[in-house]
Parts: sequence; C-alpha cells; structure tokens
Amino acid sequence: MISIKGLYKKFGELEVLKGIDLEVNKGEVVVVIGPSGSGKTTLLRCLNILEVPTAGSITLNGHTADFSKQVAKNEINYFRSETGMVFQNYNLFPHKTALENVMEGPVIVKKEPKDVARKKAVSLLNKVGLGDKFDFYPFQLSGGQQQRVGIARALALEPKVMLFDEPTSALDPELVGEVLQVMKDLANEGMTMVVVTHEMRFAQDAADEVIFIDEGKVIERNKPSELFTNPKEERTRQFLNLIL
Amino acid sequence: MKMYLTNILADPEKIQRLLDIALTSLWPLLEGALYYTLPLTFISFFFGIILAVLTALARISTSKPLQIIGRIYVSVIRGTPLLVQLFILFFGLPTVGIVIDPFPAAVFGFSLNVGAYASEVIRAAIQSIPKGQWEAAHTIGMNYTQTLRRIILPQATRVSIPPLSNTFISLVKDTSLASLILVTEMFRKAQEIASANYEFLLLYTEAAIIYWLICFILSLIQDRIEHRLGRYVA
Ligand SMILES: Nc1ncnc2c1ncn2[C@@H]1O[C@H](COP(=O)(O)OP(=O)(O)O)[C@@H](O)[C@H]1O
Ligand SMILES: [Mg+2]
Repeated sequence: MISIKGLYKKFGELEVLKGIDLEVNKGEVVVVIGPSGSGKTTLLRCLNILEVPTAGSITLNGHTADFSKQVAKNEINYFRSETGMVFQNYNLFPHKTALENVMEGPVIVKKEPKDVARKKAVSLLNKVGLGDKFDFYPFQLSGGQQQRVGIARALALEPKVMLFDEPTSALDPELVGEVLQVMKDLANEGMTMVVVTHEMRFAQDAADEVIFIDEGKVIERNKPSELFTNPKEERTRQFLNLIL
Repeated sequence: MKMYLTNILADPEKIQRLLDIALTSLWPLLEGALYYTLPLTFISFFFGIILAVLTALARISTSKPLQIIGRIYVSVIRGTPLLVQLFILFFGLPTVGIVIDPFPAAVFGFSLNVGAYASEVIRAAIQSIPKGQWEAAHTIGMNYTQTLRRIILPQATRVSIPPLSNTFISLVKDTSLASLILVTEMFRKAQEIASANYEFLLLYTEAAIIYWLICFILSLIQDRIEHRLGRYVA
C-alpha cells in the first residue's frame, strides 16, 4: 500500500529526515514513536506532500512520487485524495458547524451533491458518536469531540490511508479514551493507518508494528509486544524508560 | 461667541430667520447626501474593497513582481495627500487629454484610496488566520482558490470588520473633499447656500450634524454585523 524509499527532508540546513525506509501493507496499523523533534510530524506531512521531501520516493497504491524530480500537481492531488490527515490540534474550520466541516471536502472538492454529502456526513458523525452535535460549532465542543469531528472530516473523502499526528496529546486525560476508541474501531474495520502516538495501550491493542524514530532515522521496528518488552537497541530502551 | 449668542437671543426675528434658513436648507443638504455623499461612499467602498483584496493577495503571493506592484501602489497612495490625488485626476489629467467628469473622477480617487488602506487591513487579517487552517483545507484536497474563498476569507472578514468600518466611516467624511473637484455633494451644497446668505456657522454646523448622524447610523450597523459574524466564536 505505502512504500517509502530513502526519504530525506531538509529545512534549509537542518536535515530532519535522513533516509527513511518504510513499508505499510493494506489494512496494517503502524504506530510511530520517538522523542520530540525526531521528525515524526515531518514524516507524516511528507506522506501527503504537505511538505515536499528533498529526496527519495513514496509509492502509494502503485503511484510513485519521485522527489529527485519536481513533483507534478496531479501527483500531489492524488496523494492528498488517498490520505486523510488528523492533526494534533484538530484544525477544524471554526466558522463551520460539525456537519459543515465534514461536508466541506465532499461538496467542494469532490463536487458531490449536497444531499448525498449530508447523508454521508450524518452517518460519519453518528459513527464517531456525535449524532447529537451536527449543528454545533467547534467552540461548543470539547477537545475529544472536536478531534472526532476531525476524524470524520478526514474519513468523508474515503481515503485509503489515515494519518494521525498525536491525535490525543492535546486532550485532557479523561477525553483520550473516546478518541482512541474511534481509532480502534477504524483499525478493526481494516483501515490502513499510520499513527504517531505515545499511547502505549493503543499501540499494544491496535498496532501491527511499532516504529521507533530518532534523529530522522528508523532505529528499530517490531511487533508492539516485542518492541516494548524486549527492545534490541539501547536508544529504544532509553526512550521507553522515559515514557513507560 | 458669547456676543453672537446674546445678540441672537435678544432678537426673536433673527431666531426666526435662522430657523427658516436651517429648515429650507435641510432638504438641499439631504439631497447632497442622498444623491452624492452616500452613493460616492458606497460605490467607492465597493470597488475599493475589490481592489484591496486583490492587492492583499498580490502582497502575500509568492510572485515577486506581484508583490512589488502591490507595494508600490500602497506606498504611493498612502504617501500622497488624497486632495492632491483628486486634483491630479480632475484638473491634471485633462492636460494630457483625459477628461473625467467630477463624480467618476471622485469615485476613481476614493476607490484607489480605500484599496490601498484596506489592503493592509485585509492582508493582516489573512495572515492572522493560523497556518493549520490552510493545511487542513489542503489535506481535504482543496486548492488555493477554494481554501481562500471558503476557509480563509470568511474568517479574515470577521477579523477585518472593525478596522474596515473605520475606513468606511473615514470615507464618508473624506467625500467632502470631492466638493473641491466640483461634485455637488452635501458640503458643497452647504457652501453654496452659505455664500448666498452668509450664515456660514449655521450651514456648516448643519452639515456637520448630518455627517455625524450618518456615521452614527453606520456604527450601529457595524455592531450588528460584528454580532452576526461573531456567532461562531465563544
Ligand atoms: N517548517 C519547518 N521549518 C523549519 N524547521 C522545521 C519545520 N518543521 C519542523 N522543523 C524542525 O524539524 C525537526 C523535526 O520536527 P517534527 O517533525 O515536528 O518532530 P516531531 O514531530 O518528532 O516532534 C524539529 O527540529 C523542527 O524544529
Ligand atoms: Mg510532532
């Protein structure tokens, strides 16, 4: 489904990703962990070309973007249409209701008829447990509810891959569970997911593979049970000691 | 001042005369306001805002030439007196064969002015919208124009209403300068009437009160718009 080869990303002089190789199969859930500043967010943003990598290539569903050349606009559009992104701070549109947030992409980008888009948005909001909040503006919702609208908004475009960037780290502890539950449901339905998170419970329960990144490189990858209990690398061990 | 007042109060006939003048001049002044001051304001503001949005977009674009054109335009308009700009348009351009009637010349001048001042407001408002809004729109596949129209400008509008209302109210008052390029707007009407009966204080005060009333009503409308647009923020 996704194949990343030799991915580099520089911001000016600062080299943030230093040759990432990564495979994600269809239906797999990959959890990415690593210290702050190690490049996790940048990696996710490269996956939907919100940041253009400096070198390397990403193949998604047989479409390859080769970053040694200028990436074509329709190639970027393809990556955007096949991936859904969920942000740490939700980034909902504050001037639109929950329902309008979810309908925006289908109506404006995919030109779906409004009633079709509305039906889909209603069923997605029901699915994330917000059946009673259609007409609420983001400021009227809790962080956990906003993040679930964020997930529904991404799902509305029927992406093949969902990318989550620390989706629960801005939430009060008592609101984390409701968001993780939605993500687990999604994983159980067979959605392919790349999730940056330090919620070890989620990784244990839902991940097929955990990847530890440090200083822009993949240090270690393994099944969650293996990686958490029996890390091979000293750096992984140190990091796990800090967060577990 | 005191003598003027005591003289008037001691003379009922004089009071009657002033009241008469105030009343008979009221309609001509209102006419000036309704036919010239207000249309001049609204039309100029309309074109000015279009110009301002385009200029703001040029200034935040990635194209160097567009940035430079926007900068020069804003700098020239803001760096020269409005009255001088109006004189160039109306008295200056005929020298090179371009003759514009008073009203269109005034609309042209005021629109250029609003365009320059409001573009700064709109630019700041657009830049005050968090980068995450652009990114969220891009990740759901929206392009630049869609993002701008559906996500960024609606939010920027809310931020810009108070400063743009100031621009608008300034414009109402600035239209009095059009009297100097022969537009028979309210202030010119006041001048014409006063030069016939010499009641300058009375007529200019009357004009001032009407200007103030217009601005007062506009500020009430501003409050309502702010209230409406504020419904999605806590
Ligand atoms: N747009 C940017 N411009 C410059 N530096 C950036 C930019 N985005 C991220 N960085 C830098 O790249 C490094 C990795 O950032 P990030 O991917 O956000 O790490 P993480 O998500 O793992 O905490 C950090 O040092 C950060 O300062
Ligand atoms: Mg991050």
